[in-house]
Amino acid sequence: MARAVSTRRKTLTTVAAWAVGLLIFFPILWTFLTSFKTEATAIADPPVFLFFDWTTENYSVVQERSDYMRFLWNSVIIAGGSTLLGIIIAVPAAWAMAFVPSRWTKDILLWMLSTKMLPAVGVLYPMYLIFIQLGLLDTRIGLTIVLMLVNLPIIVWMLYTYFKEIPGEILEAARMDGAGLKEELLYVLTPMAIPGIASTVLLNVILAWNEAFWTLNLTAASAAPLTAFIASYSSPEGLFYAKLSAASTMAIAPILILGWFSQKQLVRGLTFGAVK
Amino acid sequence: MPLKNALCAASALALLTATGATAETITIATVNNGDMIRMQGLTDDFTSANPDIELEWVTLEENVLRQRVTQDIAANGGQFDVMTIGMYETPIWAAQGWLVPLEDMGEDYDVDDILPAMRAGLSYEDTLYAAPFYGESSMVMYRTDLMEQAGLEMPDEPTWEFIAEAAEAMTDKDNEIYGICLRGKAGWGENMAFLTTVANSFGARWFNEDWEPQLDSREWSEAINFYYDLMTNYGPPGASTNGFNENLALFQQGKCGMWIDATVAASFVTNPNDSTVADSVGFALAPDTGKGKRANWLWAWALAVPAGSDAKDAAKKFVAWATSKDYLELVAENEGWANVPPGSRTSLYENENYQDVPFAEMTLQSINAADPNNPTVDDVPYVGIQYVAIPEWAGIGTSAGQEFSAMLAGQQSPEEALQKAQTLVADEMEAAGY
Amino acid sequence: MSTQHSRSAARLMMAPAVIVLLAWMLVPLTMTLWFSFKNYLPLRGGDLGWTGFDNYARFVTSSAFWPSVYATLVIVGGVLVITIFFGVLLALLLDQPFWGQGVVRILVIAPFFVMPTVSALVWKNMFMDPVNGLFAHLWRFFGAEPVSWLSEAPLFSIILIVSWQWLPFATLILLTATQSLDSEQLEAAEMDGAPPLKRFWHIILPHLSRAITVVLLIQTIFLLAIFAEIFVTTQGSFGTRTLTYLIYQRVLESQNVGLGSAGGVYAIILANIVAIFLMRIVGKNLDT
Repeated sequence: MARAVSTRRKTLTTVAAWAVGLLIFFPILWTFLTSFKTEATAIADPPVFLFFDWTTENYSVVQERSDYMRFLWNSVIIAGGSTLLGIIIAVPAAWAMAFVPSRWTKDILLWMLSTKMLPAVGVLYPMYLIFIQLGLLDTRIGLTIVLMLVNLPIIVWMLYTYFKEIPGEILEAARMDGAGLKEELLYVLTPMAIPGIASTVLLNVILAWNEAFWTLNLTAASAAPLTAFIASYSSPEGLFYAKLSAASTMAIAPILILGWFSQKQLVRGLTFGAVK
Repeated sequence: MPLKNALCAASALALLTATGATAETITIATVNNGDMIRMQGLTDDFTSANPDIELEWVTLEENVLRQRVTQDIAANGGQFDVMTIGMYETPIWAAQGWLVPLEDMGEDYDVDDILPAMRAGLSYEDTLYAAPFYGESSMVMYRTDLMEQAGLEMPDEPTWEFIAEAAEAMTDKDNEIYGICLRGKAGWGENMAFLTTVANSFGARWFNEDWEPQLDSREWSEAINFYYDLMTNYGPPGASTNGFNENLALFQQGKCGMWIDATVAASFVTNPNDSTVADSVGFALAPDTGKGKRANWLWAWALAVPAGSDAKDAAKKFVAWATSKDYLELVAENEGWANVPPGSRTSLYENENYQDVPFAEMTLQSINAADPNNPTVDDVPYVGIQYVAIPEWAGIGTSAGQEFSAMLAGQQSPEEALQKAQTLVADEMEAAGY
Repeated sequence: MSTQHSRSAARLMMAPAVIVLLAWMLVPLTMTLWFSFKNYLPLRGGDLGWTGFDNYARFVTSSAFWPSVYATLVIVGGVLVITIFFGVLLALLLDQPFWGQGVVRILVIAPFFVMPTVSALVWKNMFMDPVNGLFAHLWRFFGAEPVSWLSEAPLFSIILIVSWQWLPFATLILLTATQSLDSEQLEAAEMDGAPPLKRFWHIILPHLSRAITVVLLIQTIFLLAIFAEIFVTTQGSFGTRTLTYLIYQRVLESQNVGLGSAGGVYAIILANIVAIFLMRIVGKNLDT
């Protein structure tokens, strides 16, 4: 910072920023707190914030009802698998577009992004029939492929913008030194591309983790991820705020923690490399 | 490393399924209400007797469940071996040949013990296609203490007029007590189930004998206006988003004077663990207007085996277990008689232990008072009390339900809602080729 | 500059991505088109023959069509306006030096990780419920009549829920852009006595325009498809039936696959119009 900031101003900013931050975070915090209350405390008026008898009963009730670990494992495999598969297909494509641009590159990129705009409901029925024919219904493989396809345009686009930042001179220098395509990819580009790939991976894991249309419609039991887990809590009988909160916390905690730990890469990823 | 684990797990799984041909897995799609969740907790009884059958549960919220199983059965997806369906779906799907007939259910199954009304509703051409897990009608549940305070006495067979009077007397908005709680959330199985019964009791009908929609009739207008006035004056705030579960929660918290809904709710509102008003709940038959039809429905949540299942015998075995007399006893042993899934078997109502349950008598009376083959005052070409047993009903009911829900939310008048509903029902029927 | 050799290699490298996306687009699309000309009712036995353009005509003449287009546009537009407006304000605030920047940023980013289903459930039940929701408690505390959010202000409620999920995204992109702002230029303007509003209008906003475009593009893509938030909260009642939801109702609730597919084709056309429109702006902006 070039100029000195008065302490007064900094204090004011701090107060404002924290207030806004807490306000935005509040629904998550409230869900977390409610998950440790009894059902009666959960709807108490006036609401209680911290001073109640903390109980983990809701978590055991939820766990007893639905086998959390199985849903979690499916989420991990599907989100991870679709991202990995997407990266494998997208890296060469994005590389080619970034370093060997032709006059169609831009059009291809935009076309790819436009496939993302196809409304999923419009093609649900055909997809369902295809899945039945191929025996992919309620399989992790099937869901992994679909989520890969859904997110592929975003992956290609992000990687493309990252790769474009890599200066072409470096490549030319490498070529002068007699590096072939393979060497170029392995020893020159990959190390430079790692941060961009990491951001892309992170963002797509999150998108796949939270995808709630295909995951709900193409799975039943064996491949059902956490989005399906939460679907059974959308309106149970009687009082259920505390149980709903516990289930919600369990569904979002893994990705929230992952997101927080990798915040720096993610912020980069979120900007799709298009903003510096 | 995680990849390696995943691969290991995947190959282990493949191995397991390849070698485990003896252990059959059946996938059961069910709804997330209390009785079903209780059943999941008691399945050890089944799996220990049938070690070669493994159970996988898909528990879903009612609307999600309906959409999923309908989609699966219509496209022959074969994802489920046992489906939880209702009286509406059973005859339609059976007619398409999509369900396995439930014959030869074992020696002690005693299919004749199933309540006649339930058996009729779940059969197609006299063959049972879905076994009732529990059955229900609808009735009035009311707070005896509030009635007393209001100086009124609930008759066993109230009229709508009396219900309106009682609702007015019990309402105390300052203390968050609302005279009446009724369904307002849109959906053919939510507000339209209830509103159709109200319409029936006012002498209205969905279609005349030529399948022409009748929502522009005077009877419908009376029924809807009555409901609208009742709810806007004495109903809870936000009633347009209240379904069965929301109203149950309100009643359990002591915020409703009366609630007209499924008879199964009786065991939840009288359960002291969940309900703050457990000791002061009374029951009465659903109201009427003296035209000969009461506003009570007939419904069963039943278990069916889709024809596309690849484990039909195991699935039937499970259905037989879950809907048997022994299962009722099993629940009674573990949770007490009041928590037994009601409304499915005659023997339950003959059981002395069960007769002590406060709502048993009224439940049976309500069920017996319902006649799906003859639901309305005027003749109709369809079967079903709170639904019309045609494939288009789910779409029609939900779209019309959204209009009435919007009416309750104050977005349109009863007349506008009726007129819009009439138009869109006519559209849908035309699209379906009537 | 690039050799013939590297060009064909490039084509080869692009092939897998292009082929899978082409298949992903064409196969279901062709089937949807095929269905859209059929009278296809699975509950009545499936394929009941060709009907020409009947489904298309029926879909647009149904009383639900125009309201659904309106609802779609209001929701997408509302969320875009809210997230960009507050996103800019938040970005400017968070760009100032203050204590605990890291933690606050974590707090602000958090909603983006929450599954749409979960956030809709939490908002619907724990905040917007007119009896037990936190807002109802708050309203009563101030002596006001609790509001039944989802039925009295349905579009606003859904916009609020969706905006909450997308505000972090907008904020972070805009914050990244703000950080690269040339502070000397700003200081020079400040020295010249330009009032804050003028500085914002002439220096900050133009600088952010590229970032705003990215937010606009990406969010529109995702917002056109929102489904879970409506499915969980209002199920399309009270005028919140978007085009996506209407199609869903036709296909899955009415089980009229032909009619729903015709709706799907309309939605695809609409999405492509928006896409072309957006691509034009964004394409131009991203070139530079």
